[in-house]
Amino acid sequence: MRAYLFLICPVLLFLGGSYLLPFLGIMQLSFTDPEPGLGQYSHVLSDPLTLSVIWRTLRICVIVTAVSVAAAYIITLLWVRGRPLVRSLTELCIMIPFWISVLSRAFGWMSMLSNRGLLNTWLKDLGLIETSLQLTRNEFAVIIGMSHYLIPFAVFPLATAMRNVDERVLTAADGMGASRLRIFWQVFLPMTASGIIGATLLVFVFSVGFFVTPALLGGGQSVLIAELIYLWIFQIPQWGMAAAMSVILMLAVGGILVLLMRRYGEMAK
Amino acid sequence: MKSEAIVANTTQIEARSVGKKFGKFHALRDISLEIAEGEFLSLLGPSGSGKTTFLTLLGGYENTTSGQLFLEGQDMTGWTANQRGFGMVFQGYALFPHLTVAENIAFPLKVQKRSKAQIADRVAQMVEMVGLSGHENKKPKALSGGQQQRVALARALAYEPKVLLLDEPFSALDKNLRGQMQEELRRLHRELGTTFVFVTHDQEEALALSSRIAIFNHGELQQVGTPDDVYERPANRFTAEFLGDINILSLDGTSGVAGTPIKLPGNAAGLGHLAVRPEHMRLAAEGDANQLPVRLRDRVYLGSKSRLLLETQAGEELMLYLDNGAGPAAPQTGAELRVAWDVQDSFAV
Repeated sequence: MRAYLFLICPVLLFLGGSYLLPFLGIMQLSFTDPEPGLGQYSHVLSDPLTLSVIWRTLRICVIVTAVSVAAAYIITLLWVRGRPLVRSLTELCIMIPFWISVLSRAFGWMSMLSNRGLLNTWLKDLGLIETSLQLTRNEFAVIIGMSHYLIPFAVFPLATAMRNVDERVLTAADGMGASRLRIFWQVFLPMTASGIIGATLLVFVFSVGFFVTPALLGGGQSVLIAELIYLWIFQIPQWGMAAAMSVILMLAVGGILVLLMRRYGEMAK
Repeated sequence: MKSEAIVANTTQIEARSVGKKFGKFHALRDISLEIAEGEFLSLLGPSGSGKTTFLTLLGGYENTTSGQLFLEGQDMTGWTANQRGFGMVFQGYALFPHLTVAENIAFPLKVQKRSKAQIADRVAQMVEMVGLSGHENKKPKALSGGQQQRVALARALAYEPKVLLLDEPFSALDKNLRGQMQEELRRLHRELGTTFVFVTHDQEEALALSSRIAIFNHGELQQVGTPDDVYERPANRFTAEFLGDINILSLDGTSGVAGTPIKLPGNAAGLGHLAVRPEHMRLAAEGDANQLPVRLRDRVYLGSKSRLLLETQAGEELMLYLDNGAGPAAPQTGAELRVAWDVQDSFAV
């Protein structure tokens, strides 16, 4: 057995070289640039502007996660429990977005929502509005764009949970006279709770590090953490700040992961 | 014990020519059956015989494709499972995995919108009845198979249904536990007086528990009767062979077996085989009427008795049990012997 251990060395080397070393570099930067100490951290955690970005990121990510998981739940329900035709159509709708890059999708939403975009044009042509609605370059657009990207990722953990539901349990509840509403809220939903937690985990972790969609659809008006880090690296070089922010982000995501995983573990029992 | 349960003899459920098709496949054909109030009826048959399908039709979980079902004289063919209001114990129990034992049992009561105090009382009573005191707040996964089975029983009986349907409830349990649960089920049936309809493929289970047994094969009802009825007087060869061991001899058309003349039972006309249960066959003594020469092929020692495997001159296999007590010395393999039986213990199939 031991003789084969060297076979995993390439993987360890690759992971060490591509993740561990840069990470150690960032840790070092965060404590030393521009001067040694905890100055970068105390600045990040006290500067009102930075704090507002952190709060906005949290707020948007929580909303995006809630919207994505809720929408994905309905979609998954159609996919797993719909009639055959509904099933195949839903499957198509889940798969197609995976073939389109995140950039194209953000541009798609821009052309849809911008001042002279499709939606505003239609609404004007229909005479429903006089002046264009401000649908891009705000949090609304960011939430729409991010949710749209993340919904398919939420579908898979939910689908696994829904497929594991024992049909006989639902039949039993029905036979005892429970209404469809009661069966959904008190039986089906709790039985798929592990999937909801899994989907929440996945979507939230993805959303916290989102860059392209908020940058394009937010149009600089609703800067999120990833964009702030980008600014500190490429626009106003303050690499120590960027590094400190990255470490905080990583710890926050890690913390949330641990918390939710624990809950997930209890569910699985 | 077995027959005392057929007490009232009031028909509670009646099936009239019930049939069920899945596509072109006939799962059930023309089933007519009356179930008496308070009886313990087993639906027995090999897998794919339609017994479970019949149970789901009774419960209202599937619709019949032909025929009618009556409950106390009322046509219930179109009623939903809920309208029929029978209790059901599903194969695999179908407990709510996210609810505790007490919450599982309380579920149907909450659906019926009973008061909190009533629900708490009833749950406590049910937990007590199935012997799960102290486990009220455990989730199903923390329970053993037998305990889960008890929860399923308690949940199905909580709202005092008139009829309890059970779909192979013990198939997942090991043998000892199964015996124990069978005892519990008999006790529950005795105490409650509820009609039990019980699906099983285990013939011993059916014989031990039921007041009557309905035997299914290929979607058709073969025979309905008390356990000793169907065992001692099977209606056809399938029933005879499905229930317990049986010796089958080919009749040669001249009122004999392979040239040896024997006395035939009254129903023999037109039938080609004679059937005798091994326990009714013995090694022949002087003066026995029905004697058949056989050769001993093998003897299997079983402790208190031995099983003898015999072969007739026509090459047919027979089996009988021999007490290992103070009888004559056991015959050796290859010995030429004669077997005998009383004519009233044989039947033609």
